[in-house]
Amino acid sequence: MSQINQDDKVKPIDFSTKAHYLTKAFRSPFYSRQEPLNHLKEWGRWADYLSPHAYTCSGIEYFAARNACTVFDLTPMTKYHISGKDALPFLNRLVTRDVSKIKPGRVGYCCWCDDAGQVIDDGTIFHLSENTYRLCSQERHMDWLMTNTLGFDVLLSEETHNVAALALQGPTSCATLKRMGLDGIENMKLFDIRHFNFEDTQLMVSRTGFTGYLGYELWIDPEHAEVLWDRLFEAGNLHGIKPMGDEALQMLRVEAGFIQAAHDFMPANATIRTGHTRSPFELGLGWLVDFKKPVFNGRRALLEEKKRGHRYNLVKLDIDGNKPGCDSYVFTKNKKRVGTVTSATWSPSAKASVALASLEAPHGKPGEELLVEIYYQKELKWSRVMAKARVVKEVFFDPPRKRQTPPADF
Amino acid sequence: MTEINNQIVIIGGGHNGLVCASYLAKAGKQVTVLEAAGQVGGAAITREFAPGFKVSAGAHLLFMLDKTVCKELSLESAGLSFSQQNMTSTALAEDGNHLMIAGDSLQGANISSADQAAMKEYRRFMNRFAGIINRLNNRIPPRVGTKNRSDWIGLAKTALDVRMLGRDDMREFLRIAGINIYDILQENFENPLLKGALSLDGVLGTNLGPRSNNSVFCALHRLSGLQGMAVPRGGMGAVSNTLAMVAKQHGATIRTSATVSRILMDGDRVSGVELQDGEQITARTVVSNADPKKTFFDLLGARNLEAGFARRIQNIRMRGNVAKLHLALDGVPDFNGLNQNQLADRLLIAPDLDYVERAFNHSKYGEYSVKPVAEISIPSLHDDSLAPPGKHVLSAVVQYAPYQLKAGWSEEKAVLTDKVIDLLAAYAPGIRSQLVHKELLTPVDIENEFRISGGHWHHGELAIDQFLMLRPVPHSAQYASPVNGLFLCGAGSHPGGGVMGSAGRNAAHAVLGAKDIEGENS
Ligand SMILES: Cc1cc2nc3c(=O)[nH]c(=O)nc-3n(C[C@H](O)[C@H](O)[C@H](O)COP(=O)(O)OP(=O)(O)OC[C@H]3O[C@@H](n4cnc5c(N)ncnc54)[C@H](O)[C@@H]3O)c2cc1C
Repeated sequence: MSQINQDDKVKPIDFSTKAHYLTKAFRSPFYSRQEPLNHLKEWGRWADYLSPHAYTCSGIEYFAARNACTVFDLTPMTKYHISGKDALPFLNRLVTRDVSKIKPGRVGYCCWCDDAGQVIDDGTIFHLSENTYRLCSQERHMDWLMTNTLGFDVLLSEETHNVAALALQGPTSCATLKRMGLDGIENMKLFDIRHFNFEDTQLMVSRTGFTGYLGYELWIDPEHAEVLWDRLFEAGNLHGIKPMGDEALQMLRVEAGFIQAAHDFMPANATIRTGHTRSPFELGLGWLVDFKKPVFNGRRALLEEKKRGHRYNLVKLDIDGNKPGCDSYVFTKNKKRVGTVTSATWSPSAKASVALASLEAPHGKPGEELLVEIYYQKELKWSRVMAKARVVKEVFFDPPRKRQTPPADF
Repeated sequence: MTEINNQIVIIGGGHNGLVCASYLAKAGKQVTVLEAAGQVGGAAITREFAPGFKVSAGAHLLFMLDKTVCKELSLESAGLSFSQQNMTSTALAEDGNHLMIAGDSLQGANISSADQAAMKEYRRFMNRFAGIINRLNNRIPPRVGTKNRSDWIGLAKTALDVRMLGRDDMREFLRIAGINIYDILQENFENPLLKGALSLDGVLGTNLGPRSNNSVFCALHRLSGLQGMAVPRGGMGAVSNTLAMVAKQHGATIRTSATVSRILMDGDRVSGVELQDGEQITARTVVSNADPKKTFFDLLGARNLEAGFARRIQNIRMRGNVAKLHLALDGVPDFNGLNQNQLADRLLIAPDLDYVERAFNHSKYGEYSVKPVAEISIPSLHDDSLAPPGKHVLSAVVQYAPYQLKAGWSEEKAVLTDKVIDLLAAYAPGIRSQLVHKELLTPVDIENEFRISGGHWHHGELAIDQFLMLRPVPHSAQYASPVNGLFLCGAGSHPGGGVMGSAGRNAAHAVLGAKDIEGENS
């Protein structure tokens, strides 16, 4: 039984200093720096925050990320602080993988399910120190996390608004941070966390990202957000640094084969219609499911699913031609409809039209030939192609530098 | 710990645990019942509350005992007998002009012939509808949304039962099953005493007033035993003691004063239990007669459950709203207008519908009723084993008395006790002077004595959303829980509370037919 009173487990968010009722949206702590750089003057919404689709042109930003480095404002990403003596068992019951394997100072990718074994979200667990973790995800999950505290001595708070975060991604990202004075940054391995003295505060750096390339994520208190931005751009000047918006990120993450909630799967707890959710196996995340743990949310249902077989496969498609197959139906060669594209982009690096698609099992074996029905428009005139496509196993962009330690400077 | 053996441990020797033990032992299983109290029976016991005075401390009237259980376990040949059967219900009027309700016939209280005719029709359709519930009671509830054949057959059978009512009755059944008994009684009857008394069928033991939805359903559930009211000879404990004897005859071991402190796990399945004194008992199957919250949170631990399931258990509504009064009297109490024969009836204080609803209103705000309703029995009039010669015991179910009393029970308990005695004195003016001893059990006392979380009569509110495949919650409504080897067999499971034994019987069948969900390394 847990010692902490159920009502005391969650710290409420203090909104008193946020003027969001005036703006109807939060401005990122980097806003003063983003605003002049945002040449398009268009702002999208990411959860509670204003977030640029692109600062100048998503194509240019994409190439900067693959050939130099880019800065992406990560602040709106959901962040939870989880601590207390049961933090580890709490997380282990929450997510499907074995969290005890994520040592202090390391980050682990994970997904979590409802009792029916359907994925609620995927995200990353930062093991900050003994019994202290940060859980990052696309969607908000306070209700589900609170539900999960029952029986555990944990303290839970949402720290989305208390931590300013930037993703610095691309081949020159390490060199930039070195120049900014982060000594030893080159020795960080993929998924490492380090703390650096920066100005008169602490800067946390993790070697993580959503682009599938060399890259880092920088975490700091919001008061130091602007100085971090300034120092970063100063240091990156000779390394081709550029701010980047969400459109370029979408291209990068599809190339890298990363899935995203509400794009490639529906968060199970926000889905009403039966059959519209996916299990980890159906998203290619079976490797994250550890049945050796005696209990975790979804375990029983997933054991049954393993016996019964799963319904869908999430696959990567290499599509002929240059038209991105967004929102397209996928057919077999004899025109049987077997699924839909969930994310798609033209991949400048792979010089291919690439996509993630959810197909009815057993379709989706590597090498399988399929057809993608693509509608596209030129000056208001619509055309349709049935483009040939192949299921591929490898991600479209996977350079060795992603894992190299120390990484090359450029 | 030694290797897990095939033994079955049953946590709790309430009547359902004993029924379950009997069936499992009868099927050749090695069964041990562990009961925390010094005697078996749970809320179906007879115990002393003053020197020489004994009373059915929880349930006091028997009207739901599962006839199949009775027959299959041969309870009557094992010695179960009754000091009273087919009892008349008497709706008390302060002026002594009482109403006697015996089946569908009415007497007294200047009852009109219209009411008499309406009563015949009311009993006809209520019994017919209760019959549908009766047929559900000793079945494992079917699950919805599976492709399993027996689930479909189960659902189809119930649908057919409803369809077979014929067009008019089916419509009426579907119309009233979810609504409130106040409206139904107003539609059918004139006499306030009659309406007040009948409304108790819908609200006794629940958190409902006559105007609350679900009260018709509760009335149907209560009637679903399809039998008259009875008092076992020796009090309600006789039912439990007979069951214990039968269980032992079939080879079950029963230990009393054996409190289970936790359920032990080995990987993803249960492996036994630990007692309060540290003793561990290994078992591949653990069946819990304790209520669902106690079983899953206190004994197993929420962290051994998946979170969605734990949330559902957390959300089960199970706060008791019933108190129980026991009086030791040094003579036969004198109720206005009742002869000694009538005194042994089931006596009801519920003079009209609004009285009952008003009594309920208080409990919504964490207060007890200023003028409560009561169901009274004086079993010693027909059973001299309960009190010394010439003396008597009075047992009364008193509503409403919320578990979470705003003012706290420590001081208010004495105040409520006095209020209830005052209430009785309005009908039996001399009763105060006959008092030898009094005992009032608040829901908190009931929780402590019978180990029922929240002190709820049914181990969880009886309502359409907590019935059948939803009782106690989905994914454990077939008695098997989401933890391999752990089963429920108490009133918190289908078909709910009352001294019935159906849950215990159904659970035994589920245990005998169960398969684990096999995991890796487990
Ligand atoms: C005041 C009151 C009046 C009632 N009146 C009537 C009535 O007139 N007619 C009627 O039909 N019904 C009545 N009921 C309802 C009826 O008594 C119950 O629904 C029924 O007795 C429940 O039986 P059970 O076997 O499922 O559970 P219980 O009788 O509650 O048995 C559960 C058993 O488990 C034991 N236990 C719990 N935890 C542990 C542990 N950790 N270790 C070991 N043992 C444990 C308990 O001690 C208890 O003996 C009344 C209930 C109350 C409270």
